[in-house]
Amino acid sequence: MSRRPYTRKVRRSWWLRHRRYVAYMVRELTSLFIGIYSAVLVMGLVRLAQGQSAWDSFVMMLSSTPGVLVQLVCLLFATYHSVTWFALTPKAIPVMVRGQPVSAKTIIRIHYAAWAAVSLVVLIAAGV
Amino acid sequence: MSKTVALEILRYNPEVDSEPHFQTYEVPYKDDWVVLDALNHIKDHLDATLSYRWSCHMAVCGSCGMMINGEPKLSCHAFLRDYRDRVIRVEPLDHFPIERDLVIVMDSFIEKLSSVKPYLISNEERPLSDGEHLQTPLQLMAFKQYTQCINCLLCYAACPQCGLNENFVGPAALALAHRYNLDSRDHGKSDRADVVASNEGVWECTFVGACSDVCPKRVDPAAAIQQTKIAASLDWLKALMLPGAKR
Repeated sequence: MSRRPYTRKVRRSWWLRHRRYVAYMVRELTSLFIGIYSAVLVMGLVRLAQGQSAWDSFVMMLSSTPGVLVQLVCLLFATYHSVTWFALTPKAIPVMVRGQPVSAKTIIRIHYAAWAAVSLVVLIAAGV
Repeated sequence: MSKTVALEILRYNPEVDSEPHFQTYEVPYKDDWVVLDALNHIKDHLDATLSYRWSCHMAVCGSCGMMINGEPKLSCHAFLRDYRDRVIRVEPLDHFPIERDLVIVMDSFIEKLSSVKPYLISNEERPLSDGEHLQTPLQLMAFKQYTQCINCLLCYAACPQCGLNENFVGPAALALAHRYNLDSRDHGKSDRADVVASNEGVWECTFVGACSDVCPKRVDPAAAIQQTKIAASLDWLKALMLPGAKR
């Protein structure tokens, strides 16, 4: 008798099979919006280099209703990305203090505290 | 009439079938039965041609992994009472070729496992007269959870990357490589790096995390892989900044 193993193909809809795969695909999708926002920032730098009037029209574009909407959507996806990433950080960065592992909750809280501190610095620097 | 449950089993006979098909069996329902008990009932009383692997019946040998209602499980660890459906679907583990019925071909895993050199590699031979190689509880704690792996391959069936790229070294093998890299008695990290830190090693992992979710021994392969990514990046940076330095 000869062997004749059967190989099954992975379906394109594999990620719909379980909630954990859907959540993963949404997390992957968030990078698209973070990419879009990064492109907006780069565009801002280019406009800044072009002078005052170019910069003013860039700011005006951001303040328009569609501009605000794009930023809100990007913020929503960036928040989802950050929250799910923070939840995973204890796996990637196990911390030991005096021979004892630091709890996952503490590692996650430190990340949130760092996020708040950086946001505060940015807001103060922006003069808000 | 006593209660029964239906098992819908994916069958494949390489001598006759061109592709797998489902076959349904009615088996007695018992509160303390696991899916493996139901399979043994089929084998003993209904259809002796059904093929599947099992050995210990107590979640130690890692032989009886299957897809049960689409989720990778040890069939000795999956109680009938936990499935509310009248029909339980049993299939061979995803992402592996089917040898016959519920038996998969695991040759690729064995090759990947040996490629990461999952054993202690010493710098030098130690004479027996030196006695035991002592380790502190702290040194043991660094890697102990990863020693619990029973090579059941549930993590390979859960990992979408394993399905999409058959060359991905995969969760269990990478977790075991990490286990030896963390062991204070081992000096083989650089011997494993070629495989572990390659594109098809840790960098193929996109941190879905399903491997750790389905592990019946609570090993955390996803954590091992992310930690290896950080260690591999630091090694790369060190090699770039300090060429010739010992890693």
